[in-house]
Amino acid sequence: MLELRNVKSYYGNIQALKGIDIRVSEGEIITLIGANGAGKSTTLMSVCGVVPPRSGEILFMGEPIHGMSPNQIVSLGISQVPEGRRIFPYLTVMENLDMGAFLRNDRVSIREDIDYIFELFPILAERRNQAGGTLSGGEQQMLAISRALMARPRLLLMDEPSLGLAPLVVKRIFEIIRKINEENNTTIFLVEQNANQALKVAHRGYVMETGRVTMSDTADNLLTNEGIRKAYLGM
Amino acid sequence: MFSIEEVKKSFLVSIWFMFLTFPIMVIRVNTIYKIVEWRWERMFYIGIGTFVISFIWRYLMRRKEMGVKKKEVGEDALPLAQRLLQNRRVSYPAIALVAVLALIYPFVFSLYQANIMITALIYVVIALGLNIVVGLAGLLDLGYVAFYAVGAYAYALLNYHFGLSFWVVLPIGAAIGALFGIILGFPVLRLRGDYLAIVTLGFGEIIRLILENWNEFSFGPSGIANIPRPSFFGIDLSLAETTRFVYFIMIGLTIFTIFVVNRLENSRIGRAWIALREDEVACQAMGIDKTKTKLTAFALGATWAGMGGVVFAAQTTFINPASFTIWESVIILCCVVLGGMGSIIGVILGALVIKLLPEYLREFSQYRMLLFGAILVIMMVFRPGGIITSVRRTYQFKGKSNRHA
Ligand SMILES: Nc1ncnc2c1ncn2[C@@H]1O[C@H](COP(=O)(O)OP(=O)(O)OP(=O)(O)O)[C@@H](O)[C@H]1O
Ligand SMILES: [Mg+2]
Repeated sequence: MLELRNVKSYYGNIQALKGIDIRVSEGEIITLIGANGAGKSTTLMSVCGVVPPRSGEILFMGEPIHGMSPNQIVSLGISQVPEGRRIFPYLTVMENLDMGAFLRNDRVSIREDIDYIFELFPILAERRNQAGGTLSGGEQQMLAISRALMARPRLLLMDEPSLGLAPLVVKRIFEIIRKINEENNTTIFLVEQNANQALKVAHRGYVMETGRVTMSDTADNLLTNEGIRKAYLGM
Repeated sequence: MFSIEEVKKSFLVSIWFMFLTFPIMVIRVNTIYKIVEWRWERMFYIGIGTFVISFIWRYLMRRKEMGVKKKEVGEDALPLAQRLLQNRRVSYPAIALVAVLALIYPFVFSLYQANIMITALIYVVIALGLNIVVGLAGLLDLGYVAFYAVGAYAYALLNYHFGLSFWVVLPIGAAIGALFGIILGFPVLRLRGDYLAIVTLGFGEIIRLILENWNEFSFGPSGIANIPRPSFFGIDLSLAETTRFVYFIMIGLTIFTIFVVNRLENSRIGRAWIALREDEVACQAMGIDKTKTKLTAFALGATWAGMGGVVFAAQTTFINPASFTIWESVIILCCVVLGGMGSIIGVILGALVIKLLPEYLREFSQYRMLLFGAILVIMMVFRPGGIITSVRRTYQFKGKSNRHA
């Protein structure tokens, strides 16, 4: 469904991605793990066009999407839960959700999706008129995920959804990730520091180091791999 | 409250002021008799005066801080003005009263007053336009007066060359304003904050300099005179009648502006502007087209300035580039900031205060700007969010929240 071929991205003169290859098939959850500054967020930003790659190819459903503008890419069905939540603090929960559905005009189905989201996260229903900035960190993360879902994505990019959350909330978030994947057949590309949890929920995983993909395997194999256990699982 | 500390601080302030103002207030060189006069008693007055002012200032600041604390504890954090506005029993009669006042105003007061009110209403309209750009989209535009000039010159020149009437040019002026908004918006799309402010300031000046120097096109500094006032179905009106007519045109335009801006603010594009102000990357991830959204803000903001300019030209019947200096941009920005960025009623009040106050302070003509400046400074210290802070910024959820907090 998504294929990155030898993608190289830069911030000015700094090369953040040194030619990476990643494949994601339809209906899969794949995870990308790696140390801080490895280039995981940059990978997601390159896919969704905010940091367009300088060379290499990105194909979505067989069509090249590198070089498209972010809004075109979103309209194809790719949406992102950006790192650090980035919800709109002065807009209410409802308005944040509506921003997620920015490219959609079908009122009825937007309404349905909001109901679905309020089922997933009942707390958001209670907070619907509260300004996003006044939500707790966990609630903000739920809102960020919901906002991305409002675009009805076929491919959902998630950047560290468990960042800074209490263990119980982390567990809930990962449950939701699996649920979204199973119920809607949404393909999920998950970037995580929490490698243990991420590999448990994912089907396959990629490992990144300083701008390169150094390993890729099924999630189960990675979980039992000695090197991975030492470097990313702290065991 | 009257602690020694406060007294000491105020005392120091007064000493400092006596020292600062010493050369101008105390020493006077009498060039006729070639002597230096020492007016020591003045120093005494300065000392007393600044001591009292400083003391009051400190007292108010103190009260303000305690007021904020009280509010945080209290349940209802909505400011009084907002609560009044949301209460229908208050807001409906208030609207009716304003409507009646607006209707009888030009018949009760003199022509001079009506003209002042027209100018103030023009500022209400263009300040509401600037509010879209600055208050909602968060793009600090210091060259906004350029669009006002574009509107005014559009009417003057189209009328001069092609004899087009006010009513034909009004929508054309709006369109040309929007067009210039887009043209000037394009180069500054990547800029934010201070950089954007400086570049837009430059654009404003460029437009003015072009108008000033391109004699064949705009008649240079001497401007364009004898611009016709708005026609009323071809009937000849006396000066007084035309003024009233223009007044009611402005009332209509103001209502139209309020209606449209209100609709815009609560629409998806309005929320996209606010979202863009808050987080550009998140907006892009939502599929919001940054370029298009910013350009619509510039264009829709400039539209009102264009229309305001057309009415301005028709009202004064004479325009020249001197009416469109950077000072004008600053004043319009003041209306927005003083009134309360993003709040429609706030911006209207701000524009009225800023345009009407100096007129009524004319009696103190020398000190008028001084007083005006002082009022602005005091406002910003005690109500930093503007006269009426935008409702959006306040917490709206009531009821169940405690259970889950
Ligand atoms: N806006 C930017 N400007 C310049 N360099 C950047 C920018 N964003 C990221 N980088 C650099 O690119 C490299 C990759 O950053 P990236 O954010 O992709 O890392 P990451 O793998 O997501 O790390 P983390 O796990 O800490 O989020 C880093 O060396 C970083 O310093
Ligand atoms: Mg990251």
